[in-house]
Amino acid sequence: MNLIETESLEKRYGGTVTALADLTVTIEPGIVGLVGANGAGKSTLIKLSLGLLEPTGGKIRVLGLDPLNDGDAVRARVGYMPEHDCLPPDVSAAEFVTHMARVSGLPPAAARERASETLRHVGLYEERYRQIGGYSTGMKQRVKLAQALVHDPELLLLDEPTNGLDPEGRRAMLTLVHRIGNEFGISVVVCSHLLGEIERICTSLVAIENGRLLRSASLSSMTQHSDILMIEVDDGEDALTQRLTGDGLAVRRKERILMVTLNGDDTFDTIRDAVADLDLSLHRLEQHRHQVADLFREEVSHA
Amino acid sequence: MPEASGVIHDIGYQRYNGPRLSRRYSTWSIYVHSLRSAFGLGRTAKAKVLPAGMFALACLASLIIVIVSSQLPEPILTYVGLVSTFTYAITAFAAIVAPELASRDLRNSLLPLYFSRPPHRTNYALAKFGALATAVFVMFAGPLLIMFIGLAFSSGGIGDVVVELVDLAPGITAALIHAIVIAAIALPLASLTGRRVFATGMIIAVFLLSAPISGALQSFSSGDAAYLAGLLNPVNLLNGVDEWLFGTTEDLTLIGRYGSIYGVAALLIAVLGITLLMWRYKKVKA
Repeated sequence: MNLIETESLEKRYGGTVTALADLTVTIEPGIVGLVGANGAGKSTLIKLSLGLLEPTGGKIRVLGLDPLNDGDAVRARVGYMPEHDCLPPDVSAAEFVTHMARVSGLPPAAARERASETLRHVGLYEERYRQIGGYSTGMKQRVKLAQALVHDPELLLLDEPTNGLDPEGRRAMLTLVHRIGNEFGISVVVCSHLLGEIERICTSLVAIENGRLLRSASLSSMTQHSDILMIEVDDGEDALTQRLTGDGLAVRRKERILMVTLNGDDTFDTIRDAVADLDLSLHRLEQHRHQVADLFREEVSHA
Repeated sequence: MPEASGVIHDIGYQRYNGPRLSRRYSTWSIYVHSLRSAFGLGRTAKAKVLPAGMFALACLASLIIVIVSSQLPEPILTYVGLVSTFTYAITAFAAIVAPELASRDLRNSLLPLYFSRPPHRTNYALAKFGALATAVFVMFAGPLLIMFIGLAFSSGGIGDVVVELVDLAPGITAALIHAIVIAAIALPLASLTGRRVFATGMIIAVFLLSAPISGALQSFSSGDAAYLAGLLNPVNLLNGVDEWLFGTTEDLTLIGRYGSIYGVAALLIAVLGITLLMWRYKKVKA
């Protein structure tokens, strides 16, 4: 079953601000990165999925259900971690997460048990009996994650979980999200404006810009055909570009570097011969580990 | 050699396969949690001081009344009279607790967490309203109970207990009416702002600042105007309802022949307050 399906989804605020426009996307199970700049419409999509907002046009289905008509059913099966602070400072994490578990429908004993178990899973041990107000930002983020996870949802919606964390905290949070997706077996949609950060843990990516879908694909399909050789030579890039293009290779210039799509081992020979024939000095011939960010940049420049 | 005992195994993440209860249970959970936090339970000692102190004071006042009454041939206050007299003090309690229930969640942006769970926005509003009304009722019920125990068991006869029980019933009814109307005024006001101080200020303003106007009109005008002046202040209005329903002798509010208008006004305030509260939470951004 698809996690989230949208069809020409549109959300306008007050008739003037368009947060989402004609968004059609299908998000499949796994760890899905939802990327886009601030204000691209990521949070709006999340809130529409939960039925916290009503779409002004189009359709959205979450876990095969309509979040507006079957809101209760959707919200019972989904966990949500908001972007901003959402914790009361004057209760303990254990007390707070237990309460949230009960609001999700867990009986009192189960709520208590799951709360302490979940807090342990996110890395809060004895601290969980202390007031949340005294926690560091990293610990607060963990409590926010725990309250989203406590009722064992099928789908976890995380809105910028690394917000406000230092590099070490970001790494720890992403590792945790990765574990939730892989070991716990819960599908995760994680929003971020930092593509480089979440591409490591995701199985697929959805990029939106200005409320429109930029690209959506599984990470393997994005990187599959993307082995690229980087060539750097002293002068004569133009000649080399011509020659390689003439030899039937796809060549792209990026300042002084030529990017050539790799089609098997022959490509290396062709490049070697071309460089030798043109009598150029070769500085670098390197297989480029593809950054997903480049793919998105490509996509943008083509558009 | 025996195996090392007491090894801690990381059993990993366990899926939850137990029951998931209905929306009614979720709403009940919000109600219980809110009622507990109204008295600072499950919170720091600091949060307990004010509500617990006010409750203790109210009970102490009631105890003094009982002791004084036991020395006199007739009790100085009826049960309904006790509710009427305590109402001003208890509006102060509502002014402190209502922001605790409503403004605190707004201030800490907790609403997205509630609204992304099964209960509906109206369930949340009603749970909060129920919690405040119950908390206010408890503030009346404590002193009433002390008065009942004091009066019923001081003379020793079993017949007295029954007599007192019959007298207590209107007191409990009055306490319920007061609790609902006070909550229906205080909670919608508190739900307007995340700043607790502002919320408390607004509630106190509504309850207290209207009192001198209403009081002055009652004293200085005559006839119908004096009888209707009580409607201008929630506490006078409630005392008017007591007067109308139970014919109390305290004469805290002059109602003349307009008793039923006081009753209708109280009902309207309760309905309007709850409706506004639900409407407010329907519209509030989450």
